[in-house]
Amino acid sequence: MRPFAYVSAPDVDTAVRAIAEQPGAKLLGGGTNLVDLMRQDVERPTTVVDISSVPLTGVDELPDGGLRIGALVRNSHLAAHPLVRTRFPVLAQALLSGASGQLRNMATVGGNLLQRTRCLYFVDGAAACNKREPGSGCDAIGGFHRGNAVLGTSEHCVATHPSDMAVALAALDAVVEAQSVRGTRRIPLVELHRLPGDTPHLETVLDADELITAVEVPASAVAATSRYRKVRDRASFAFALVSVAAALDVEDGAVSAVRVALGGVAPKPWRAYEAERVLTGAPATEESFRAAAEAELADASGLPGNDFKIELARRTIVATLRQLRVEGGAA
Amino acid sequence: MTQAPEKTRPSVERPADAEGPAVGRPVDRVDGTVKTSGEARYAAEFPFPDIAHAAMVHSTITRGRITGIDTAEATAVEGVLAVITHENAPKMVPPGRPTPLDLSSMAPGTRVNYLNTDEVHWNGQPVAVVVAESLEAAHAAARLVRVTYDALPATTDFAAAQADATPVKGNLLEIGEAKKGDAEAALAAAPVSVDATYTTPPQNHNAIEPHATTAVWDGDRLTVHEATQGIEWVRKHLAVRFGVPAANVRVIATYVGGGFGGKGAVWAGTLLAVLAAKATGRPVRMALTREAVYRTVGGRTPTRQRVALGAGRDGQLTALLHEGVSAVGRMGGRSEAVGSQSQHLYAARTVLIRHSTTEMDTVPNTFMRAPGEAVGSFALESAVDELAVELGVDPVQLRTRNEPERSPTDGKRFSRQNLGRVYADGAERFGWAARDPKPRSMRDGRRLIGWGVASAFHMPIQLPADVSVRLAADGTVLVRSSFHEIGVGAATAQAQIAADALGVPVDAVRVEHGDSDQPVGPMAGGSGQTASLAAAVLEACDRIKREALALARKAPGSPLRGRRPAELRATGSGLFRADLPPGAESAGETYAAILTRAGRGYLEARTGSDNRLRAAAGQARFMTRFLLDRRRWVRAAIGAHFCEVAVDEDTGEVRVTRWVGVFDVGRVVNAKTATSQLRGGIVMGIGAALGEETLLDPRTGRIMNPGLGEYHVPVHADVPAIDVTYLDEPDPTAPAGILGIGEVSIVGVAAAVANAVHHATGVRVRDLPVTLDRLL
Repeated sequence: MRPFAYVSAPDVDTAVRAIAEQPGAKLLGGGTNLVDLMRQDVERPTTVVDISSVPLTGVDELPDGGLRIGALVRNSHLAAHPLVRTRFPVLAQALLSGASGQLRNMATVGGNLLQRTRCLYFVDGAAACNKREPGSGCDAIGGFHRGNAVLGTSEHCVATHPSDMAVALAALDAVVEAQSVRGTRRIPLVELHRLPGDTPHLETVLDADELITAVEVPASAVAATSRYRKVRDRASFAFALVSVAAALDVEDGAVSAVRVALGGVAPKPWRAYEAERVLTGAPATEESFRAAAEAELADASGLPGNDFKIELARRTIVATLRQLRVEGGAA
Repeated sequence: MTQAPEKTRPSVERPADAEGPAVGRPVDRVDGTVKTSGEARYAAEFPFPDIAHAAMVHSTITRGRITGIDTAEATAVEGVLAVITHENAPKMVPPGRPTPLDLSSMAPGTRVNYLNTDEVHWNGQPVAVVVAESLEAAHAAARLVRVTYDALPATTDFAAAQADATPVKGNLLEIGEAKKGDAEAALAAAPVSVDATYTTPPQNHNAIEPHATTAVWDGDRLTVHEATQGIEWVRKHLAVRFGVPAANVRVIATYVGGGFGGKGAVWAGTLLAVLAAKATGRPVRMALTREAVYRTVGGRTPTRQRVALGAGRDGQLTALLHEGVSAVGRMGGRSEAVGSQSQHLYAARTVLIRHSTTEMDTVPNTFMRAPGEAVGSFALESAVDELAVELGVDPVQLRTRNEPERSPTDGKRFSRQNLGRVYADGAERFGWAARDPKPRSMRDGRRLIGWGVASAFHMPIQLPADVSVRLAADGTVLVRSSFHEIGVGAATAQAQIAADALGVPVDAVRVEHGDSDQPVGPMAGGSGQTASLAAAVLEACDRIKREALALARKAPGSPLRGRRPAELRATGSGLFRADLPPGAESAGETYAAILTRAGRGYLEARTGSDNRLRAAAGQARFMTRFLLDRRRWVRAAIGAHFCEVAVDEDTGEVRVTRWVGVFDVGRVVNAKTATSQLRGGIVMGIGAALGEETLLDPRTGRIMNPGLGEYHVPVHADVPAIDVTYLDEPDPTAPAGILGIGEVSIVGVAAAVANAVHHATGVRVRDLPVTLDRLL
């Protein structure tokens, strides 16, 4: 790890001033990703602004029944919150499927959204990576890319966004609140992350001096029947090969409301709008689920080592919706 | 001196504090308290007031020459003491070629003379070492060393390199080819046959303690705290490389956090810590990062194997062919003898076993738990399952029907022959009789259930061992030997053996180990340490008892006066007549009484030899005996694995849900640690079956997943309750009846999983690991 300056910010104002004044500064929340990457010489902040004591740790109910979640709420705390468990089970399940107990105790909501890809070539300084070193090339495309993306990729980058939590939040229409010295703005979560295009090093629409202060999850009736299904190579402590966050309401045998988002397959939490479009109003049957999955993955394109994810994603979408259909009763 | 063990059930149920012999009981580890309280010190934990820390710089090219090293920026980092490169490093004596005359010549993991050469032989080879006042400064500066290279073409693609494979000739310690009859002809003529190719990927050990060395020079005397499975190899090898007498080198490895073979040879970190200490005149600690372990310590080589089986319609094997190609490093490494178990396990009328190797520009491979059998059994035991399907015969029956009376390749007798029994026991415990052989015939909701079996087979080695045993007048016993506690309970086992041999309570025995100042112990390898030590401990205890009796026989008034050893037993911390009930008047007397009367503070016996000439002669004598013995017997630990998997029909995810392992490992010394070690081998095998693979980029030869995040060992949630039992009968040909248990239980595990996956899904996976994409 290279030497760096350390600033501890007691409040939001100090924090946003510090990152505005220090180009090359990085925010330290739980440190579960940043510190690893600093050790691997991938992140090289000149200043680390420690925000772990900034009071952004509340989980508050909004008047409409939604939730406002402070950016520094720990993943384990959020997963255990009674309102999350009852109103947004998909979010609790997504959180609990991520990392390990120890890491969830440290990881924060804001940090989880901004974590970097685990692409094997991004974390290895000896490899070519357009995300780490713009213009250097992409060694993953001709190399090991089993964990990489099949949707939203470019010839410059096939990295995935590794978060589970963000996939659930994408399905739930969450909104991110960001603050800087210039003021506060609200960004729909599905618009927070960018696709790589020819600038894979630019991962979000946030400016370098912006701090995520909260995530709001609006009230949602369909979210009560929701589920997160994570498919991975071992039973725990592995990133998703494919994950599906879904919520389903059925009336008179037809889909009345549905949300689907995918993880492990794209450079960002992937809201499956096309699948939702096909499903809405359609009979809640295996055939509709399959048709929706086919539609969503129609533009997917894999590489030799991750082509299987396309069919796996289709199957996991179908399996998750089927299970919700069974759990939601025969309405 | 010990009663016959119970025949049927293992002694697991016998409580730790039961009366009677200590051997067999689940005695608590003698090192349990110091480990759980953190008092136990590992190689990177020995404090020195002026210690300096070292970090490696790794090559980022695969093969070539260093054309320049710019160390200015690294040297300028505050706290940096030295940046050592091939341009300024102290000289080391180059490693010699291995010779069978001195086993310690096998010590070097590679032939590279680190930092004494500008040559680069693999991607990740150390090319510089930074020494600094703090670990952080050393790592920060290591990033700033700029190396330029002239790269040369390299061989880094195993699939392509197989075209250049050459046959392994074989020698006394390594099998090359084994042949009986014309196997190809018998295969062609067989009414039923299978012939398939299987592959296994490179794997790494991932011991919980990364390799570490703390090196301290005092003039030309060297002390090294080392994470090693082979103290004596380290001592001798460092002496050779640094040009000092072996007597000047002390190696201490009291506790080692796992090895699995990865700490058997001497690797770069050890040499470079010693080199750095020499260059800086400071004690130096080199604690490798997990990444540095992957880049500089070899793992298990990849293999490609052909197994072909021919059989009559009755299932009798008429042909068994097992051919394997494995990779070795251009600068070291050994053939993976995948056909090892195939020589002996089944009664095939014709046999052909062939091994070949191909050289690659990678960090050389090394021993990893059950070298040969662990991956060889995947191919053989998968093929046997395929044959069972072809024949329509139950896979358990097919195996027991082919249990040989003598080894099919060389006609040798087996010291034990219990394959049928372990299968029968396992089948009963597992409920195998309820199995419907049809694939996809069992399910649990959306999950397909499958049951599979496979055989375990491993031949433990025996090694020379020196020990000293001292019996004090107060009845306490001290056993000393430089053996290794790598986490298996080795010291506890020897305490139990010595306690029974001398008839004292286990807690009267103290065992000192892990220091080259002690009598030379065996390496922790080849499943040989416990039995090898037991032979020496028993011999030393015997001598002590004879000496005690010699003192008592001459003493007027001793109840042992005139008694012969055969009439006595060691019990109650003394010697007592076997024909009288213990405690009867005049039955005998305690060691305390004997030694006090004789005015002796203690009795001591030392087995083996401590001077160099006698040690060399002793080793030669031992090897002769060992090889003669090997010529007479096939002495193997065996087992039967029964596995249940659940495969998600939608996603192909495989989870192991149930496991039964029944083993014949001779006498079991400690029911608790033995069960734990057998279970650990199964866990490691589940890792190999479902997840483990070192990703070596064929374009660069660079390992791309050098860490526990992306190299998938099993987590707790991947491991079901594992039912482990053993026959617990002494092997009449082995020291104290003990067969080693370190390796046998990993053998066959991957095949049992793959066979269960086939039963669940109808899909035969012949390439490890069995990841879900192979089942979609």
